[in-house]
Amino acid sequence: MVWRLKKHSVLPGFGLTLGFTVFYLSLIVLLPLTALCLKSTSMGWPQFWETVSHPRVWASCRLTFETAATAALINAVGGFIVAWCLVRYDFPLKRIFDAMVDLPFALPTAVSGISLTTIYASSGWIGQWLARWDIKLVYSRWGIIIAMTFIGLPFVVRTLQPALEDLEKENEEAAACLGANRWQTFRFVIWPTIIPALLTGFAMAFARGLGEYGSIVFISGNMPMKTEIASLLIITKLEQHDLAGATAIAVILLVSSFVVLLCINLLQWWSSERVRGVA
Amino acid sequence: MTASQQRIAPGRMMPPLQESSWVRWSLTAFSCSFLILFLFVPLVVVFTEALRKGFGAYWAGITDPTAWSAIKLTVLVVGISVPLNLVFGLAASWAIAKFEFWGKSLLITLIDLPFAVSPVVSGLIFVLLFGIHGWFGKWLDAWGLQVIFAVPGVVLATVFVTFPFVAREVIPLMQEQGTEQEQAALTLGANGWQTFWYVTLPNVRWAVLYGVILCNARAMGEFGAVSVVSGHIRGKTNTIPLHVEILYNEYNFVAAFAVASLLALLALVTLVAKTLVERRIHYSTSLEPTTVES
Repeated sequence: MVWRLKKHSVLPGFGLTLGFTVFYLSLIVLLPLTALCLKSTSMGWPQFWETVSHPRVWASCRLTFETAATAALINAVGGFIVAWCLVRYDFPLKRIFDAMVDLPFALPTAVSGISLTTIYASSGWIGQWLARWDIKLVYSRWGIIIAMTFIGLPFVVRTLQPALEDLEKENEEAAACLGANRWQTFRFVIWPTIIPALLTGFAMAFARGLGEYGSIVFISGNMPMKTEIASLLIITKLEQHDLAGATAIAVILLVSSFVVLLCINLLQWWSSERVRGVA
Repeated sequence: MTASQQRIAPGRMMPPLQESSWVRWSLTAFSCSFLILFLFVPLVVVFTEALRKGFGAYWAGITDPTAWSAIKLTVLVVGISVPLNLVFGLAASWAIAKFEFWGKSLLITLIDLPFAVSPVVSGLIFVLLFGIHGWFGKWLDAWGLQVIFAVPGVVLATVFVTFPFVAREVIPLMQEQGTEQEQAALTLGANGWQTFWYVTLPNVRWAVLYGVILCNARAMGEFGAVSVVSGHIRGKTNTIPLHVEILYNEYNFVAAFAVASLLALLALVTLVAKTLVERRIHYSTSLEPTTVES
Protein backbone atom coordinates (compact mmCIF):
# COMPACT_ATOMS: atom_id res chain seq x y z
CA MET A 1 0.00 0.00 0.00
CA VAL A 2 1.29 3.39 -0.92
CA TRP A 3 1.28 5.80 1.95
CA ARG A 4 0.09 9.17 0.79
CA LEU A 5 -0.19 12.51 2.48
CA LYS A 6 -3.29 13.40 0.51
CA LYS A 7 -6.09 11.47 -1.12
CA HIS A 8 -6.44 12.04 -4.83
CA SER A 9 -8.84 14.79 -5.84
CA VAL A 10 -9.72 16.49 -9.11
CA LEU A 11 -10.06 19.90 -7.48
CA PRO A 12 -7.10 22.25 -8.00
CA GLY A 13 -5.40 24.57 -5.58
CA PHE A 14 -4.44 22.18 -2.80
CA GLY A 15 -0.78 23.08 -2.81
CA LEU A 16 -1.41 26.80 -2.96
CA THR A 17 -4.06 27.00 -0.26
CA LEU A 18 -2.49 24.52 2.15
CA GLY A 19 0.92 26.07 1.61
CA PHE A 20 -0.39 29.53 2.34
CA THR A 21 -2.39 28.28 5.33
CA VAL A 22 0.59 26.56 6.92
CA PHE A 23 2.91 29.48 6.14
CA TYR A 24 0.58 32.10 7.60
CA LEU A 25 -0.27 29.92 10.60
CA SER A 26 3.41 29.38 11.35
CA LEU A 27 4.26 33.02 10.99
CA ILE A 28 1.42 34.49 13.04
CA VAL A 29 0.64 31.80 15.58
CA LEU A 30 3.26 29.08 15.87
CA LEU A 31 6.43 31.17 15.78
CA PRO A 32 5.38 33.53 18.60
CA LEU A 33 4.08 30.68 20.74
CA THR A 34 7.32 28.79 20.19
CA ALA A 35 9.19 31.86 21.37
CA LEU A 36 7.15 31.75 24.57
CA CYS A 37 7.84 28.05 25.12
CA LEU A 38 11.58 28.40 24.44
CA LYS A 39 11.85 31.42 26.68
CA SER A 40 10.24 29.55 29.53
CA THR A 41 12.38 26.42 29.06
CA SER A 42 15.55 28.48 28.82
CA MET A 43 14.67 29.82 32.24
CA GLY A 44 15.17 26.50 33.94
CA TRP A 45 13.01 24.86 36.55
CA PRO A 46 14.52 26.48 39.69
CA GLN A 47 14.17 30.00 38.31
CA PHE A 48 10.64 29.26 37.10
CA TRP A 49 9.70 27.96 40.52
CA GLU A 50 11.31 30.90 42.25
CA THR A 51 9.23 33.32 40.14
CA VAL A 52 6.01 31.43 40.55
CA SER A 53 6.31 30.79 44.27
CA HIS A 54 6.78 34.48 45.02
CA PRO A 55 3.88 35.45 47.30
CA ARG A 56 2.62 38.18 44.99
CA VAL A 57 2.53 35.88 41.97
CA TRP A 58 1.01 33.11 44.00
CA ALA A 59 -1.69 35.42 45.38
CA SER A 60 -2.58 36.77 41.95
CA CYS A 61 -2.84 33.31 40.40
CA ARG A 62 -4.96 32.06 43.27
CA LEU A 63 -7.21 35.10 43.02
CA THR A 64 -7.60 34.64 39.25
CA PHE A 65 -8.55 30.99 39.58
CA GLU A 66 -10.95 31.55 42.46
CA THR A 67 -12.75 34.48 40.89
CA ALA A 68 -12.93 32.79 37.47
CA ALA A 69 -14.42 29.69 39.08
CA THR A 70 -16.96 31.72 41.08
CA ALA A 71 -17.98 33.73 38.02
CA ALA A 72 -18.29 30.59 35.91
CA LEU A 73 -20.47 29.08 38.62
CA ILE A 74 -22.74 32.14 38.72
CA ASN A 75 -22.93 31.95 34.93
CA ALA A 76 -23.69 28.25 34.98
CA VAL A 77 -26.72 28.85 37.22
CA GLY A 78 -27.89 32.15 35.74
CA GLY A 79 -27.01 31.20 32.17
CA PHE A 80 -28.86 27.92 32.52
CA ILE A 81 -32.05 29.65 33.60
CA VAL A 82 -31.66 32.26 30.84
CA ALA A 83 -31.09 29.60 28.19
CA TRP A 84 -34.02 27.58 29.51
CA CYS A 85 -36.38 30.55 29.31
CA LEU A 86 -35.14 31.59 25.87
CA VAL A 87 -35.70 28.10 24.47
CA ARG A 88 -38.83 27.03 26.31
CA TYR A 89 -40.94 30.06 27.10
CA ASP A 90 -42.41 32.92 25.19
CA PHE A 91 -42.24 36.38 26.63
CA PRO A 92 -42.29 39.92 25.31
CA LEU A 93 -39.11 41.20 23.64
CA LYS A 94 -37.69 37.69 23.70
CA ARG A 95 -35.79 38.14 20.45
CA ILE A 96 -34.13 41.28 21.70
CA PHE A 97 -33.09 39.54 24.90
CA ASP A 98 -31.79 36.67 22.81
CA ALA A 99 -29.71 38.98 20.63
CA MET A 100 -28.48 40.86 23.72
CA VAL A 101 -26.83 37.73 25.08
CA ASP A 102 -24.01 38.20 22.57
CA LEU A 103 -23.29 41.72 23.78
CA PRO A 104 -20.20 40.73 25.82
CA PHE A 105 -18.71 39.25 22.62
CA ALA A 106 -19.37 42.44 20.70
CA LEU A 107 -18.68 45.10 23.31
CA PRO A 108 -14.97 45.86 23.63
CA THR A 109 -13.72 44.82 27.05
CA ALA A 110 -12.41 48.28 27.93
CA VAL A 111 -15.90 49.71 27.43
CA SER A 112 -17.56 47.07 29.58
CA GLY A 113 -14.86 47.64 32.18
CA ILE A 114 -15.42 51.37 32.63
CA SER A 115 -19.17 50.92 32.36
CA LEU A 116 -19.38 48.21 35.04
CA THR A 117 -17.09 50.24 37.29
CA THR A 118 -19.33 53.29 36.95
CA ILE A 119 -22.47 51.28 37.71
CA TYR A 120 -21.15 49.60 40.82
CA ALA A 121 -19.12 52.53 42.16
CA SER A 122 -20.64 54.11 45.26
CA SER A 123 -22.14 56.91 43.15
CA GLY A 124 -23.36 54.60 40.39
CA TRP A 125 -26.82 53.32 39.55
CA ILE A 126 -26.51 50.10 41.47
CA GLY A 127 -23.61 51.02 43.70
CA GLN A 128 -25.51 53.75 45.55
CA TRP A 129 -28.22 51.26 46.53
CA LEU A 130 -25.65 48.79 47.75
CA ALA A 131 -23.82 51.56 49.61
CA ARG A 132 -26.85 51.98 51.88
CA TRP A 133 -26.22 48.52 53.23
CA ASP A 134 -22.48 49.13 53.33
CA ILE A 135 -21.83 46.74 50.49
CA LYS A 136 -18.95 47.73 48.29
CA LEU A 137 -18.37 45.65 45.20
CA VAL A 138 -15.88 47.69 43.16
CA TYR A 139 -12.18 47.55 43.95
CA SER A 140 -12.68 44.22 45.64
CA ARG A 141 -12.74 40.59 44.66
CA TRP A 142 -16.46 40.92 43.94
CA GLY A 143 -15.79 43.51 41.27
CA ILE A 144 -13.56 41.04 39.48
CA ILE A 145 -16.29 38.42 39.74
CA ILE A 146 -18.86 40.82 38.27
CA ALA A 147 -16.63 41.59 35.29
CA MET A 148 -15.88 37.91 34.71
CA THR A 149 -19.57 37.05 34.93
CA PHE A 150 -20.35 39.67 32.29
CA ILE A 151 -17.64 38.32 29.99
CA GLY A 152 -18.52 34.64 30.42
CA LEU A 153 -22.32 34.71 30.20
CA PRO A 154 -22.69 34.17 26.43
CA PHE A 155 -20.49 31.08 26.54
CA VAL A 156 -22.87 29.26 28.89
CA VAL A 157 -26.08 30.43 27.19
CA ARG A 158 -24.87 29.78 23.65
CA THR A 159 -23.63 26.28 24.47
CA LEU A 160 -26.81 25.36 26.31
CA GLN A 161 -29.32 26.69 23.79
CA PRO A 162 -28.70 24.10 21.04
CA ALA A 163 -28.62 21.31 23.62
CA LEU A 164 -31.99 22.39 25.00
CA GLU A 165 -33.45 22.78 21.52
CA ASP A 166 -32.35 19.26 20.60
CA LEU A 167 -34.21 17.70 23.52
CA GLU A 168 -36.95 15.48 22.24
CA LYS A 169 -40.36 16.27 23.60
CA GLU A 170 -41.29 12.58 23.35
CA ASN A 171 -38.95 11.70 26.21
CA GLU A 172 -40.69 14.16 28.49
CA GLU A 173 -44.09 12.95 27.35
CA ALA A 174 -43.06 9.38 28.06
CA ALA A 175 -41.87 10.37 31.52
CA ALA A 176 -45.14 12.17 32.20
CA CYS A 177 -47.13 9.17 30.97
CA LEU A 178 -45.20 6.99 33.38
CA GLY A 179 -46.33 9.27 36.17
CA ALA A 180 -43.32 11.49 36.71
CA ASN A 181 -44.06 14.95 37.96
CA ARG A 182 -42.38 17.93 36.33
CA TRP A 183 -39.48 18.04 38.76
CA GLN A 184 -38.81 14.31 38.35
CA THR A 185 -38.91 14.68 34.56
CA PHE A 186 -36.42 17.49 34.81
CA ARG A 187 -34.16 15.72 37.25
CA PHE A 188 -34.07 12.30 35.61
CA VAL A 189 -34.82 12.99 31.93
CA ILE A 190 -33.69 16.49 30.98
CA TRP A 191 -30.82 17.10 33.40
CA PRO A 192 -28.69 14.05 32.47
CA THR A 193 -28.94 14.94 28.78
CA ILE A 194 -27.78 18.52 29.10
CA ILE A 195 -25.05 18.05 31.72
CA PRO A 196 -22.24 17.82 29.10
CA ALA A 197 -23.34 21.09 27.51
CA LEU A 198 -23.62 22.80 30.88
CA LEU A 199 -20.15 21.63 31.90
CA THR A 200 -18.73 22.71 28.53
CA GLY A 201 -20.25 26.16 28.96
CA PHE A 202 -18.89 26.35 32.49
CA ALA A 203 -15.41 25.38 31.30
CA MET A 204 -15.46 27.93 28.48
CA ALA A 205 -16.60 30.71 30.78
CA PHE A 206 -13.91 29.68 33.27
CA ALA A 207 -11.19 29.72 30.60
CA ARG A 208 -12.33 33.10 29.38
CA GLY A 209 -12.32 34.45 32.92
CA LEU A 210 -8.76 33.23 33.53
CA GLY A 211 -7.39 35.28 30.67
CA GLU A 212 -9.67 38.29 30.88
CA TYR A 213 -7.91 41.60 31.30
CA GLY A 214 -9.65 44.61 29.78
CA SER A 215 -12.84 44.69 31.80
CA ILE A 216 -11.17 43.73 35.07
CA VAL A 217 -8.38 46.30 35.39
CA PHE A 218 -10.88 49.09 35.83
CA ILE A 219 -13.12 47.48 38.40
CA SER A 220 -10.60 45.52 40.47
CA GLY A 221 -8.57 48.38 41.94
CA ASN A 222 -5.36 46.43 41.23
CA MET A 223 -4.02 46.21 44.76
CA PRO A 224 -1.05 43.83 44.93
CA MET A 225 -1.77 40.68 46.95
CA LYS A 226 -5.45 41.57 47.12
CA THR A 227 -7.11 42.39 43.81
CA GLU A 228 -4.30 41.96 41.33
CA ILE A 229 -5.11 39.37 38.67
CA ALA A 230 -2.52 37.29 36.84
CA SER A 231 -2.89 39.10 33.50
CA LEU A 232 -2.24 42.43 35.15
CA LEU A 233 0.81 41.07 36.94
CA ILE A 234 2.22 40.03 33.54
CA ILE A 235 1.94 43.62 32.39
CA THR A 236 3.45 44.94 35.62
CA LYS A 237 6.40 42.57 35.23
CA LEU A 238 6.84 43.66 31.63
CA GLU A 239 6.91 47.29 32.66
CA GLN A 240 9.64 46.41 35.17
CA HIS A 241 11.54 44.72 32.28
CA ASP A 242 11.19 41.37 34.04
CA LEU A 243 10.62 39.31 30.89
CA ALA A 244 11.32 36.02 32.66
CA GLY A 245 8.76 36.70 35.36
CA ALA A 246 6.14 37.74 32.83
CA THR A 247 6.82 34.62 30.78
CA ALA A 248 6.50 32.36 33.81
CA ILE A 249 3.03 33.69 34.65
CA ALA A 250 2.05 33.57 30.98
CA VAL A 251 3.03 29.90 30.89
CA ILE A 252 0.80 29.18 33.88
CA LEU A 253 -2.13 30.92 32.19
CA LEU A 254 -1.48 29.24 28.86
CA VAL A 255 -1.11 25.75 30.33
CA SER A 256 -4.26 26.11 32.40
CA SER A 257 -6.34 27.26 29.46
CA PHE A 258 -5.00 24.32 27.43
CA VAL A 259 -5.98 21.98 30.23
CA VAL A 260 -9.48 23.49 30.24
CA LEU A 261 -9.61 23.15 26.45
CA LEU A 262 -8.63 19.50 26.77
CA CYS A 263 -11.37 19.00 29.35
CA ILE A 264 -13.89 20.55 26.94
CA ASN A 265 -12.81 18.16 24.18
CA LEU A 266 -13.06 15.21 26.56
CA LEU A 267 -16.53 16.38 27.61
CA GLN A 268 -17.66 16.55 24.02
CA TRP A 269 -16.20 13.12 23.32
CA TRP A 270 -17.95 11.80 26.43
CA SER A 271 -21.32 13.21 25.44
CA SER A 272 -21.10 11.88 21.87
CA GLU A 273 -20.12 8.47 23.29
CA ARG A 274 -23.14 8.60 25.56
CA VAL A 275 -25.41 9.39 22.65
CA ARG A 276 -23.93 6.50 20.70
CA GLY A 277 -24.39 4.22 23.71
CA VAL A 278 -28.09 5.10 23.90
CA ALA A 279 -28.77 4.83 20.18
CA MET B 1 -48.16 -0.60 28.13
CA THR B 2 -51.90 -0.61 27.88
CA ALA B 3 -52.13 -1.44 31.55
CA SER B 4 -50.17 1.61 32.56
CA GLN B 5 -52.12 3.82 30.22
CA GLN B 6 -55.35 2.59 31.70
CA ARG B 7 -54.02 3.10 35.18
CA ILE B 8 -53.38 6.78 34.51
CA ALA B 9 -56.16 7.61 32.12
CA PRO B 10 -59.45 7.24 33.98
CA GLY B 11 -58.92 8.25 37.60
CA ARG B 12 -55.81 10.40 37.85
CA MET B 13 -54.79 13.39 35.83
CA MET B 14 -51.67 12.86 33.77
CA PRO B 15 -48.79 14.93 35.16
CA PRO B 16 -48.31 18.18 33.26
CA LEU B 17 -45.84 18.63 30.40
CA GLN B 18 -45.19 22.24 31.33
CA GLU B 19 -43.93 23.78 34.50
CA SER B 20 -46.62 25.39 36.58
CA SER B 21 -47.27 28.98 35.66
CA TRP B 22 -45.63 30.49 38.75
CA VAL B 23 -42.43 28.56 38.07
CA ARG B 24 -42.46 29.76 34.48
CA TRP B 25 -43.20 33.28 35.54
CA SER B 26 -40.49 33.46 38.17
CA LEU B 27 -37.85 31.85 35.93
CA THR B 28 -38.65 34.31 33.14
CA ALA B 29 -38.58 37.21 35.56
CA PHE B 30 -35.23 36.01 36.87
CA SER B 31 -33.68 35.70 33.41
CA CYS B 32 -34.97 39.05 32.23
CA SER B 33 -33.65 40.82 35.29
CA PHE B 34 -30.35 38.93 35.06
CA LEU B 35 -29.93 40.03 31.45
CA ILE B 36 -31.03 43.58 32.15
CA LEU B 37 -28.76 43.89 35.16
CA PHE B 38 -25.69 42.34 33.56
CA LEU B 39 -26.03 43.33 29.91
CA PHE B 40 -28.54 46.08 29.33
CA VAL B 41 -27.57 48.45 32.16
CA PRO B 42 -23.84 48.47 31.25
CA LEU B 43 -24.73 49.33 27.67
CA VAL B 44 -27.13 52.13 28.61
CA VAL B 45 -24.71 53.62 31.13
CA VAL B 46 -22.12 54.16 28.39
CA PHE B 47 -24.49 56.53 26.60
CA THR B 48 -25.92 58.27 29.65
CA GLU B 49 -22.44 58.95 31.03
CA ALA B 50 -21.26 60.17 27.65
CA LEU B 51 -24.11 62.65 27.42
CA ARG B 52 -24.02 63.64 31.09
CA LYS B 53 -22.67 67.10 30.37
CA GLY B 54 -24.65 67.64 27.23
CA PHE B 55 -24.02 67.13 23.58
CA GLY B 56 -21.30 69.78 23.33
CA ALA B 57 -19.00 67.98 25.76
CA TYR B 58 -19.75 64.71 24.00
CA TRP B 59 -18.83 66.16 20.64
CA ALA B 60 -15.66 67.74 22.04
CA GLY B 61 -14.61 64.34 23.39
CA ILE B 62 -15.00 62.66 20.02
CA THR B 63 -13.49 65.36 17.85
CA ASP B 64 -10.43 65.87 20.04
CA PRO B 65 -7.31 65.44 17.84
CA THR B 66 -5.91 62.56 19.92
CA ALA B 67 -9.27 60.79 19.78
CA TRP B 68 -9.30 61.36 16.05
CA SER B 69 -5.84 59.88 15.62
CA ALA B 70 -6.89 56.87 17.74
CA ILE B 71 -9.86 56.36 15.43
CA LYS B 72 -7.62 56.59 12.38
CA LEU B 73 -5.16 54.08 13.82
CA THR B 74 -7.98 51.66 14.66
CA VAL B 75 -9.35 51.91 11.13
CA LEU B 76 -5.87 51.26 9.75
CA VAL B 77 -5.36 48.24 12.01
CA VAL B 78 -8.75 46.83 11.08
CA GLY B 79 -8.08 47.56 7.41
CA ILE B 80 -4.97 45.41 7.53
CA SER B 81 -5.92 42.62 9.90
CA VAL B 82 -9.43 41.81 8.65
CA PRO B 83 -8.48 41.36 4.94
CA LEU B 84 -5.43 39.29 5.93
CA ASN B 85 -7.50 36.96 8.06
CA LEU B 86 -10.22 36.86 5.41
CA VAL B 87 -7.78 35.65 2.76
CA PHE B 88 -6.32 33.18 5.23
CA GLY B 89 -9.78 31.95 6.24
CA LEU B 90 -10.78 31.31 2.63
CA ALA B 91 -7.50 29.57 1.79
CA ALA B 92 -7.62 27.43 4.92
CA SER B 93 -11.23 26.40 4.43
CA TRP B 94 -10.61 25.49 0.78
CA ALA B 95 -7.67 23.30 1.76
CA ILE B 96 -9.44 21.74 4.73
CA ALA B 97 -12.96 21.32 3.36
CA LYS B 98 -12.22 20.20 -0.18
CA PHE B 99 -9.33 17.80 0.38
CA GLU B 100 -8.53 14.82 2.55
CA PHE B 101 -5.02 14.89 3.91
CA TRP B 102 -2.91 13.71 6.79
CA GLY B 103 -2.86 15.97 9.84
CA LYS B 104 -6.09 17.77 9.05
CA SER B 105 -7.59 17.69 12.52
CA LEU B 106 -4.30 18.89 13.97
CA LEU B 107 -4.40 21.81 11.56
CA ILE B 108 -7.94 22.70 12.64
CA THR B 109 -6.90 22.60 16.30
CA LEU B 110 -3.92 24.85 15.59
CA ILE B 111 -6.10 27.37 13.79
CA ASP B 112 -8.28 27.66 16.89
CA LEU B 113 -5.24 28.10 19.11
CA PRO B 114 -5.36 31.92 19.42
CA PHE B 115 -8.78 31.63 21.10
CA ALA B 116 -7.17 29.70 23.94
CA VAL B 117 -4.45 32.27 24.49
CA SER B 118 -5.42 35.08 26.82
CA PRO B 119 -5.15 38.63 25.42
CA VAL B 120 -2.22 39.75 27.55
CA VAL B 121 -0.27 36.61 26.69
CA SER B 122 -1.01 37.27 23.00
CA GLY B 123 0.69 40.61 23.37
CA LEU B 124 3.55 39.19 25.40
CA ILE B 125 4.56 36.65 22.75
CA PHE B 126 5.22 39.46 20.28
CA VAL B 127 7.29 41.30 22.86
CA LEU B 128 9.35 38.11 23.24
CA LEU B 129 9.89 38.05 19.47
CA PHE B 130 10.37 41.67 18.55
CA GLY B 131 11.03 43.45 21.85
CA ILE B 132 14.46 44.93 22.49
CA HIS B 133 15.51 41.78 24.39
CA GLY B 134 13.56 39.46 22.09
CA TRP B 135 14.70 37.05 19.37
CA PHE B 136 14.74 39.58 16.55
CA GLY B 137 15.15 42.66 18.74
CA LYS B 138 18.85 43.29 18.03
CA TRP B 139 18.41 42.65 14.34
CA LEU B 140 15.47 45.04 14.06
CA ASP B 141 17.34 47.61 16.07
CA ALA B 142 20.31 47.40 13.69
CA TRP B 143 18.01 48.18 10.80
CA GLY B 144 16.35 50.97 12.73
CA LEU B 145 12.98 49.25 12.68
CA GLN B 146 10.58 49.25 15.58
CA VAL B 147 7.76 46.77 15.97
CA ILE B 148 6.95 46.85 19.66
CA PHE B 149 5.61 50.18 20.93
CA ALA B 150 4.85 51.04 17.32
CA VAL B 151 2.09 50.48 14.80
CA PRO B 152 3.40 47.16 13.36
CA GLY B 153 3.18 45.58 16.82
CA VAL B 154 -0.41 46.72 17.22
CA VAL B 155 -1.26 45.24 13.82
CA LEU B 156 0.49 41.94 14.58
CA ALA B 157 -1.21 41.52 17.95
CA THR B 158 -4.61 42.26 16.38
CA VAL B 159 -3.99 39.82 13.54
CA PHE B 160 -3.13 37.18 16.14
CA VAL B 161 -6.24 37.60 18.30
CA THR B 162 -8.60 37.75 15.31
CA PHE B 163 -6.82 34.95 13.46
CA PRO B 164 -9.45 32.13 13.64
CA PHE B 165 -12.66 34.13 13.19
CA VAL B 166 -13.29 33.77 9.44
CA ALA B 167 -11.76 30.31 9.12
CA ARG B 168 -13.81 28.75 11.90
CA GLU B 169 -17.10 30.07 10.47
CA VAL B 170 -16.39 29.01 6.88
CA ILE B 171 -14.70 25.62 7.37
CA PRO B 172 -17.73 23.73 8.78
CA LEU B 173 -20.09 25.09 6.12
CA MET B 174 -17.74 24.29 3.24
CA GLN B 175 -17.20 20.81 4.66
CA GLU B 176 -20.93 20.29 4.79
CA GLN B 177 -21.34 21.32 1.16
CA GLY B 178 -18.93 18.74 -0.18
CA THR B 179 -17.23 18.87 -3.58
CA GLU B 180 -19.91 17.79 -6.08
CA GLN B 181 -20.73 21.29 -7.31
CA GLU B 182 -17.06 22.14 -7.78
CA GLN B 183 -16.49 18.90 -9.68
CA ALA B 184 -19.43 19.70 -11.92
CA ALA B 185 -18.03 23.17 -12.61
CA LEU B 186 -14.64 21.73 -13.50
CA THR B 187 -16.22 19.16 -15.82
CA LEU B 188 -18.04 21.98 -17.56
CA GLY B 189 -14.70 23.60 -18.28
CA ALA B 190 -14.31 26.18 -15.53
CA ASN B 191 -10.82 26.73 -14.22
CA GLY B 192 -9.93 26.67 -10.54
CA TRP B 193 -10.44 30.39 -9.91
CA GLN B 194 -13.75 30.45 -11.75
CA THR B 195 -14.94 27.46 -9.75
CA PHE B 196 -14.02 29.15 -6.51
CA TRP B 197 -15.37 32.54 -7.52
CA TYR B 198 -18.69 31.49 -9.09
CA VAL B 199 -19.52 28.24 -7.29
CA THR B 200 -17.87 27.97 -3.89
CA LEU B 201 -17.86 31.56 -2.72
CA PRO B 202 -21.58 32.26 -3.37
CA ASN B 203 -22.42 29.14 -1.37
CA VAL B 204 -20.54 30.29 1.70
CA ARG B 205 -20.94 34.04 1.36
CA TRP B 206 -23.09 34.49 4.48
CA ALA B 207 -20.72 32.49 6.61
CA VAL B 208 -17.83 34.58 5.27
CA LEU B 209 -19.70 37.77 6.09
CA TYR B 210 -20.51 36.44 9.55
CA GLY B 211 -16.85 35.70 10.18
CA VAL B 212 -15.84 39.13 8.92
CA ILE B 213 -18.35 40.85 11.22
CA LEU B 214 -17.02 39.03 14.28
CA CYS B 215 -13.43 39.57 13.17
CA ASN B 216 -14.05 43.27 12.68
CA ALA B 217 -15.69 43.72 16.09
CA ARG B 218 -12.84 41.99 17.86
CA ALA B 219 -10.18 43.84 15.87
CA MET B 220 -11.68 47.22 16.74
CA GLY B 221 -12.20 46.42 20.39
CA GLU B 222 -9.11 44.40 21.28
CA PHE B 223 -7.58 45.80 24.43
CA GLY B 224 -5.37 43.40 26.36
CA ALA B 225 -3.05 42.28 23.58
CA VAL B 226 -2.79 45.72 22.04
CA SER B 227 -2.14 47.40 25.38
CA VAL B 228 0.96 45.22 25.89
CA VAL B 229 2.56 46.07 22.55
CA SER B 230 1.41 49.61 21.90
CA GLY B 231 3.33 51.58 24.51
CA HIS B 232 0.40 54.01 24.82
CA ILE B 233 1.98 56.83 22.86
CA ARG B 234 -0.70 59.47 22.55
CA GLY B 235 -1.63 60.35 19.01
CA LYS B 236 0.67 57.64 17.66
CA THR B 237 0.08 54.12 18.91
CA ASN B 238 -3.21 54.49 20.74
CA THR B 239 -6.19 52.62 19.40
CA ILE B 240 -9.74 53.61 20.44
CA PRO B 241 -9.93 51.25 23.45
CA LEU B 242 -6.52 52.40 24.69
CA HIS B 243 -7.58 56.00 24.30
CA VAL B 244 -10.67 55.24 26.40
CA GLU B 245 -8.44 53.80 29.11
CA ILE B 246 -6.18 56.86 29.19
CA LEU B 247 -9.08 59.29 29.36
CA TYR B 248 -10.73 57.26 32.11
CA ASN B 249 -7.54 57.09 34.17
CA GLU B 250 -7.24 60.87 33.85
CA TYR B 251 -10.73 61.18 35.37
CA ASN B 252 -11.94 62.66 32.10
CA PHE B 253 -15.06 60.52 32.33
CA VAL B 254 -17.27 62.33 29.84
CA ALA B 255 -14.66 62.14 27.09
CA ALA B 256 -13.86 58.53 27.99
CA PHE B 257 -17.49 57.51 27.72
CA ALA B 258 -17.98 59.61 24.60
CA VAL B 259 -15.23 57.71 22.81
CA ALA B 260 -16.46 54.47 24.38
CA SER B 261 -19.92 55.16 23.00
CA LEU B 262 -18.47 54.86 19.49
CA LEU B 263 -17.35 51.35 20.37
CA ALA B 264 -20.70 50.61 21.99
CA LEU B 265 -22.45 51.73 18.81
CA LEU B 266 -20.16 49.43 16.88
CA ALA B 267 -21.17 46.61 19.23
CA LEU B 268 -24.86 47.34 18.60
CA VAL B 269 -24.34 47.39 14.83
CA THR B 270 -22.41 44.14 15.14
CA LEU B 271 -25.24 42.53 17.09
CA VAL B 272 -27.87 43.60 14.58
CA ALA B 273 -25.77 42.54 11.58
CA LYS B 274 -24.95 39.26 13.28
CA THR B 275 -28.61 38.50 13.97
CA LEU B 276 -29.59 39.31 10.38
CA VAL B 277 -26.80 37.20 8.89
CA GLU B 278 -27.57 34.34 11.26
CA ARG B 279 -31.11 34.37 9.93
CA ARG B 280 -29.78 34.26 6.36
CA ILE B 281 -27.55 31.31 7.22
CA HIS B 282 -30.48 29.42 8.75
CA TYR B 283 -32.57 30.27 5.73
CA SER B 284 -30.00 29.14 3.18
CA THR B 285 -29.11 25.92 5.02
CA SER B 286 -32.78 25.01 5.38
CA LEU B 287 -33.17 25.50 1.62
CA GLU B 288 -29.99 23.58 0.89
CA PRO B 289 -31.33 20.04 0.22
CA THR B 290 -33.87 21.17 -2.38
CA THR B 291 -31.41 23.35 -4.27
CA VAL B 292 -28.80 20.59 -4.32
CA GLU B 293 -31.17 17.90 -5.48
CA SER B 294 -33.05 19.86 -8.11
